[in-house]
This record gives sequence, C-alpha cells and structure tokens, in this order.
Amino acid sequence: MSSIGPAALLPYLIVLPLIAAILTVLYPSNKQQSGLSLIIGAIQGYVVFLLVNALYALPSGNIEYQLAGWGSPLGIDLAIDGFSALLIALTCLLNLVLMLYSTCYFSNQAQQRQFWPLWWLLNAGLNGLFLSADIFNIYVTLEIIGLASVALVALGHQRDSLVAALRYLLVGLLGSLCYLMAVALLYRAYGTLDFSMLAANAQSDVLTWTALSLITAGLALKTALVPLHFWLPLAHGSAPAPVSAVLSALVVKASFYLLARFWMDILQPAVTETGLFLLGVLGAIAILWGVYQAIKAQRLKLMVAYSTVAQIGYLFLLFPLLMSGDTSSQSTPIAALTAISFFIVAHACAKAAMFMAAGNMIKVIGHDDIEHLNGKVKEIPLSLFTFAIAGISLIGLPPSAGFIAKWLLLNAAIDTAQWWWAIIVLLGGLLAAIAIFRVLDIAFMQPQKEQPGLQHSLPTKRLPKVMSLCGLCLAIFTMLMGFNAQPFIDLVAIGVVR
Amino acid sequence: MSQVIIYSILGVLLFGIGLFGLIAAAHILRKILAMNISGIGVFMILVANAVGPDGTTDPIPHAMVLTGIVVAIAGTALALYLSCQINLDEDKQVEEESS
Repeated sequence: MSSIGPAALLPYLIVLPLIAAILTVLYPSNKQQSGLSLIIGAIQGYVVFLLVNALYALPSGNIEYQLAGWGSPLGIDLAIDGFSALLIALTCLLNLVLMLYSTCYFSNQAQQRQFWPLWWLLNAGLNGLFLSADIFNIYVTLEIIGLASVALVALGHQRDSLVAALRYLLVGLLGSLCYLMAVALLYRAYGTLDFSMLAANAQSDVLTWTALSLITAGLALKTALVPLHFWLPLAHGSAPAPVSAVLSALVVKASFYLLARFWMDILQPAVTETGLFLLGVLGAIAILWGVYQAIKAQRLKLMVAYSTVAQIGYLFLLFPLLMSGDTSSQSTPIAALTAISFFIVAHACAKAAMFMAAGNMIKVIGHDDIEHLNGKVKEIPLSLFTFAIAGISLIGLPPSAGFIAKWLLLNAAIDTAQWWWAIIVLLGGLLAAIAIFRVLDIAFMQPQKEQPGLQHSLPTKRLPKVMSLCGLCLAIFTMLMGFNAQPFIDLVAIGVVR
Repeated sequence: MSQVIIYSILGVLLFGIGLFGLIAAAHILRKILAMNISGIGVFMILVANAVGPDGTTDPIPHAMVLTGIVVAIAGTALALYLSCQINLDEDKQVEEESS
C-alpha cells in the first residue's frame, strides 16, 4: 500500500460506502446485508488507520488528491488534515459499532432491508463532506447527508417519525438553499470553488460578508443552534435508536465542521469580532436552554436529544475563543480548536452510547417514560450502567473524556481572558448533572412499584448481548480517552496552519 | 452588462419570495413549491453570471445548476412522498375512529 502513497487512499473512503450501498440493495437478505456491511466497514477502518498513520508521519500536515487528475480550478480536490482526519476516524469507528448494534436492532424485516443502503449513503455523504476541498461538492454532500438522514428518520413508519422527517427535510433543504446561494455569490466574486484558492483571495467586502452570513444561517439551521433548534428534538427523539445515535453524534457535527472551516480559514478575512462573539452568545444560550429542557423532559430519548442541543452550544464557544486576547500569541486558535475537536469526539461517543442504551430500554420495557423507570435496573442493568458512564462524560466528571474536553475549553477561555465563558461551561455541567442524576435516581434508587399497570402488560424480552455490549464499549472508550488524550490532541494540531 | 444585473436582481427576489413562502406558508404543498421557487432563484443567479473574463460563456455554473436541479428533484420527491404518507395515515385514523 505504501508504494501508492497515502493520497491514493482518499477516494476509497467515498467509493467504499457507495459500493456497500449498492451491494446491500442487490443482496437483500438480512444476513448478507449485515455481513457485507461489517466487512466493508472493517476495510474502511483499515484505510482510515493507514491514512491517520500516514498523517502522523508527514511533516507537511495534509494529504491532497486530485480527482481524475484535473487540477483544482477545474477539477475537484480531496484533502485531509488533522481536524478532518479526526472526524473521519470518528465516523468510521461509530459506523462500525452502530452497524454491529443495528444487526440485532430491527425486528421488522422490511425496515432492516431499507436501513442498510440508506445507512451507507449517509456514511458516503459524511466522508465526502469531511474530504472535499470544493465548496460546491460540499453542497452535494450536504444534500446526500440530508436526504439520507431524512429517509432514515422516516424508517420508524409511525406518524410521529414521518412528521418529524418531513419537518427535518424542509429545514435541511432551507439550510442548503442558503448555502447554495452563498456558493453562487462566492463564485461570482472570486471565480473559484476551491478551498485554498478562496482562502488566498478572500477579501473583506460586502459580497463576501453576505456570503458568510448566508452560510452561517444555513449551517446553524442544520447544526440546530438555538434558536434554530426547534426541529432537532422531535427528529432525533422519534428515529430508530441507531439512527438517532448517528444523527446526534455525526450529522450535526458535519455541518458544524463546515461552519468552523469557513470561519477559521476559508473566509477568514470577512470574519468580524462581533460575529464571533454573537455566535458564542448563541452557544451559551443553547447550553442553558438545552439543559433546562433536558431536565424537564418526560421521555428519555427526548431528554438525550435536548442534551444534544446543549452540547452543540459548547461547540459554538469555539468562535469567541478564536479571538486571542493579544494578537502576538499564535497558539490560542489551536488551543480552542483542540478543545472543541476533543469535545466533538467525547460527545459523539457518549451520545451514541446513550441512544443505544435508550434504544435497549425501549426494546425491553416497551417505553421510555422517565417517571416509570423506577427499579428497572434489575431488568436492564448493563444498559443503565452504560447510560450512567456516558452521562458522567456528558457532565464532564473526571476521569472521562468529557472532563478533559471541558478542561481544555476552560483553559482556552482563561488564556484568551474571557472568563465569562468559563462560568457558562461550569454552570452547564452542573445543570447537566441534575438532568442525568434525575434519571439515574429513579432507575437505580427508587423501588419498583407493584402495580399491574401499562408497563407490566408487556412481557420482558431478552436482549441480544451484542446490543448491550456495543453501547458499553463506546461508554468505556470515552473513559479510556480521558486517560490517554494526547494522541487525539496531537492529531488535531497537524496541519493547522492559520 | 445590464442584462446580468436585471437577472441577478430577479434571482435574488425569487430567492427571497421562496424563503418567505417556505417559512410562512401553512400548507405543505405550498412549502414544497416555495422551496422550488427559491431554488430557481439561486439557479438564475448562477446562470446569469456565467460569463467568463473575455465575454465567453463559463460552463462551470451550468454544471452546478444541472446538479442543483437533480438535487431539487430528489428533495421534492422525498417531501411529496412523506406528505402523502402522512395524509394516508390521517385518513386511516379518521376511518378507524368513525367505524
């Protein structure tokens, strides 16, 4: 492999999922689909492993590939640096774990048949977005992600999930229309779609500023930043468990990644301090509002979805932290970016584990009413244990990855002399603890009531071991990340030029 | 040159009308139509400005518009299918309740 060079590996990350999507349509039996998917997922894992290793070894810090040999003004470039490599590795890991989970999750044959091709299309879109270095190609990947995730949400086939899917689709299309408008403006102004050429030519004029605003509005809608989060709880709360997990863990992060790319390098000259500060304020509101709603939520999946709204708020603290107190210090943007990337990984793993635990709960008990979880720890000990560990990471208690992420975030806030963000981070953690411990208290501490009500009418089903173990592995992984954070931090620092 | 400006302004107007419709319209079909209208606004801006430096036609925006149309069709189809399913569901519920 090494003789070809690592750059030649980049297209495989998009081609492999597409092949998998086609093959899972051609071989519709359950076993064939899961087997094929797991094999291709493993191959993809190996490719990502080779790429990340190559990236560590490279001094230049990024790998580029020109599709079909056309140069960047005309053709489309694929590129990868530390930040996108981390997200690709995360996508690959979660993809594998969630696929393993999904092999046992669906009880309905037809649902399972439709699930795999859509799942792989979503994966192709995500990888494509992280790899593309061309703003129009990114638009296409955004739409692939949007359409695939809407179809996956609609797999629930209940009225709730159909309504949620339709609303999610309209919101997504609105967001990408704004983005496409910005692409048209940028192409008119600079005559190029390439990341690096745009970054080199970008100026601070009205057109660029309008484009940046349109991009920010469109992508904030897709990322569900408060006050544009209204669609998220319903969509994430009513989808099948593996779909909720991938939506919360990866899909919202994809549009955030793009937003960060535009603000940090592509349109950097048009960025104003007021804009950065405003995004930070919205993030802070998101943290408090999301956690408040999570504390109030009646259903467990809704609670986890609202907690995603809050966690997205933390991500947006990246923007104010990009402003360094004094311009002489070069290290601060990297510090903020490192903190946020670590946060993304920690949250993605914890949230995926939580949604899997919630999915198990619904499978076994038949509902996810928080009030009626009392004493359920006897029936689903492993899933509740998973939920607890993932919760610790979300709150940010040591030794979890969430703790390290918040620690880095606090450091960055104090380094740039913006202590008020630190207060928000700490307060958000405290409130998250209330939300999580409320569930744990009911499930672990309160005795099971002996009433022959609703929840006892369903016989307790046995859960396949794999389903409990997948979530548990991810939850434990967040703990291990807390103990050994350095490789992740090193990876993000690769290729951060500006 | 004024042609380019006229078409660009019209494109921006269409985009705005579509956005307004997408947010303000109550009926789902109107929302889907509004989405298509604002998409057409963007396409119009792209095509109107597809002029190279020396007055020749620049093919890249045309390629972008073609891709955009394909994406818009896919999105519209999915939205129509979903709204059909929701309506069928509603009808079924009404029937069950009446019987």
